[in-house]
Amino acid sequence: MNAMQDSAATATGSGDSAGGNTGGNTTVAGRRSATDLAIRYGFLTLLAGLLVFFSVFTEGFFSPFSAVFIFQSVAITGILALGVTFTLVVDGFDLSIGSTATSALMLSAYMMVVLEQGAVVAVLACLLMGAFIGLVNGLLIVKTRVPDLLATLGMMFLLIGLQRIPTEGRSISTGMVLPSGEKANGVFDPAFLWLGRHKFDFIIPKLIPVSVVIFVIVAVLVWVFLEKTRHGRLMYAIGSNARAAALAGTNVNRYKILAYIFSGVLASVGGILLSARLGRGDIASGNNLLLDSVAAALIGFAVLGAAKPNAFGTAIGALFVGILLQGLTMMNAPYYTQDFVKGVVLVVALVFTFVLTGRRAGAHH
Amino acid sequence: MADAAIEISGLTKAFGSNRVLRGIDMTLARGEITVLMGANGAGKSTLVKVICGVHPADGGEIVLSGAPFAPRNPIEAIRAGVVTVHQNINDGVIPDLDVASNLLLDSLAEPGAGFFLKGREIRARAREVAASMGLEVDVRRPVRELQLADRQLVAIARAMARKPELLILDEPTSSLSAVEAERLFALLERLRAQGVAILYISHRTSDIRRLADRIYAMRDGAIVGHFAEKPLDYEAAVTAMLGQGLEEIRLDNRPPGPPVLELEGLVLAPGARPIDLTVHQDEVLAVTGLVGAGKTRLAAVLYGLEAPLSGTMRLGGAPYRPTSPRAAIDAGVFLCAKDRGSNGVLHDHALDRNMSVPFLERFSRLSFVRTRAEARAGREIIDQLGIVCQSEKDDIATLSGGNQQKVMVGRWLGQPSRVLILDEPFQGVDIKARRDIGAKIRETAEGRATIVMAAEMDEVLEIADRIVVLSDHSVAGDHRNESLDLKLVLAQVAGQAGAPEAGAAGAGAAGISGATP
Repeated sequence: MNAMQDSAATATGSGDSAGGNTGGNTTVAGRRSATDLAIRYGFLTLLAGLLVFFSVFTEGFFSPFSAVFIFQSVAITGILALGVTFTLVVDGFDLSIGSTATSALMLSAYMMVVLEQGAVVAVLACLLMGAFIGLVNGLLIVKTRVPDLLATLGMMFLLIGLQRIPTEGRSISTGMVLPSGEKANGVFDPAFLWLGRHKFDFIIPKLIPVSVVIFVIVAVLVWVFLEKTRHGRLMYAIGSNARAAALAGTNVNRYKILAYIFSGVLASVGGILLSARLGRGDIASGNNLLLDSVAAALIGFAVLGAAKPNAFGTAIGALFVGILLQGLTMMNAPYYTQDFVKGVVLVVALVFTFVLTGRRAGAHH
Repeated sequence: MADAAIEISGLTKAFGSNRVLRGIDMTLARGEITVLMGANGAGKSTLVKVICGVHPADGGEIVLSGAPFAPRNPIEAIRAGVVTVHQNINDGVIPDLDVASNLLLDSLAEPGAGFFLKGREIRARAREVAASMGLEVDVRRPVRELQLADRQLVAIARAMARKPELLILDEPTSSLSAVEAERLFALLERLRAQGVAILYISHRTSDIRRLADRIYAMRDGAIVGHFAEKPLDYEAAVTAMLGQGLEEIRLDNRPPGPPVLELEGLVLAPGARPIDLTVHQDEVLAVTGLVGAGKTRLAAVLYGLEAPLSGTMRLGGAPYRPTSPRAAIDAGVFLCAKDRGSNGVLHDHALDRNMSVPFLERFSRLSFVRTRAEARAGREIIDQLGIVCQSEKDDIATLSGGNQQKVMVGRWLGQPSRVLILDEPFQGVDIKARRDIGAKIRETAEGRATIVMAAEMDEVLEIADRIVVLSDHSVAGDHRNESLDLKLVLAQVAGQAGAPEAGAAGAGAAGISGATP
């Protein structure tokens, strides 16, 4: 189909075709610049426009507290989205992040309330679980060659069921009655709750929540890893052409498994923060974590015309969704319009990525 | 010339302000094979795309069998009788369907073809089509189980099922070996005799010599040479196409250095004779043979992708048994794999990043990539190989096929190696790029052992100090390039020569016949 496109990009893009290399490039560059600008800065411009719009038309939107609230609402989905970014980079996908997060939520509550452990043990258990889930996902995909979507979809269902088995489907809170008939006497460790409820002073006292700090740190680390280190580079190489990467001496399987482990660990970090904010093991929480974070990562494709998964784009994507929802909420838009708007944004972002840049289509000829 | 199937006059096409076709005049006659030659980027593919309805023309006209012809899409072109077989074989077939469905796909896709499949009828018709093409395959087999050459023939047979006026073939032999290509040529000759006009695009000199009734040479979007008088002046056509003559290749006779890679009793496939082979430093060894003769298998074993069934390898005197490409690279054995599209190119990556992948560790400190050193190394290779690009930051997709191939070869020339294996390094590049790449490989060959896998004999003769022929995963011959009995080599390629010991001393060349020069 892409052969039908009469665009300059396709003409130069398809190897032996006539655009060639000498005469072609200068003119193509000339024609490209306008669309190029649109592709590069379109989404950031849209984001700025959105900010201006809400600031003008919504009272109280333009304030530090509103900004912090937005950050807090995107922190958890943002962290999950950064995890799924890893799997997207190696040309995979992780559908189990949402249920990994809720499993971490339940596990942390179970560790503290039922097993009466402290914050450190609870956090470590969750991180280990996340890593283990990622490892299993990775092994399923790499060793048994189950397609990534199916493997992680299976894992998603498995975890949704598994997290409810120990408590027979009930939420976990202090004083609950266990299946054995005993009462659970443990409490959430205050140090654990600190993760979800403390706010640091920043110019204004009690402004920045811990989760936002963690989100920013994770985003920077992921960006550095993917953009600046050779491991990140090789992950991108695998995502571009796994066979070529393997023939260039890359241990493709190891990096793929690593990507799923990162994804699982980051998902469990998200679950820990959610648990610390709620202060109970609520089985109904975290329902739309998966879709929101996947949307953020995919919107990230369009940021700066990257046309590929990237940490900066993912963070911006999460922020974009957060700003939009916060603005709509403050404008009193009904709750059900929010999903609709999210969907519209996602579709527009994907159009940005795949039609305007046309690169993905050109690459696989 | 009287019986013209298609007449093209003044055809122009531009992408933006880039004029790709600048007034093409061309006549394709029935019952003739017209060869279109041109370097990568000359506009051949665009011309084909205009004729077969992918791109609309900007100016000029096409007359098909006396009527004006301006297809708006490929379907219109096909209905009008212009059928194209594209370079990528798998674009022409559907691997998971059986041969019968593939052969009759177009009639199945036609409106009003009926809702239900009639299996028996389809197979019967498919057998007719296959028989008329001289295609001997079970029509019930899925196409993915067929060899590449058979798939190619299925694609062409499918095209012929539409009884075209004009058949266009875009580099149909680029993945075929000489013997497989021979079957294709036989089919094309039969079609020529039936009065089909055939437009044949190829880089392969042997194809062109073998088939052409008429040659058009194309350069920078214009026809620069037209050759119809027999015998066709092939050299003049190449000169016209390149805008300059080719220099004669003069292989400097380099004495081989000490042994670098020693293979002892290496068995590549069950039942194959063990391979004993020593590759020397400074030597360029070409390994030739049919597709499936074991060239790629041998490369895979040397590169740690597969383990040999038995036998030992020694590298610089020490035992060598790599278990992964990484281990091979670390030992100094590099492989430039064939088929760059699926095995080499990192799409959406810049040139320097494409070239640094195998050696990222050398370009990084504490895992952080030193991008400046990487870019510098990239620029060096670009200069060294004369890769046409704007900078090392160009996306690889913006390069022509020949330049992409140079990037792939450059990737492995940039770092010193003990053994450099290049599997089909000239695949799908024009003759100029081929000479450039070959010259660079020979120029840098000192200090390492170089192994070039190639099926095409012209390519082998241009580059090798020594030629080893593989047949059925065994060595069928071992020759020095200076004193070469070409007939013997070709016989060995075709698996017609006697025992392998015949080798260079090969007196057993008695029963040779049919090998194409």
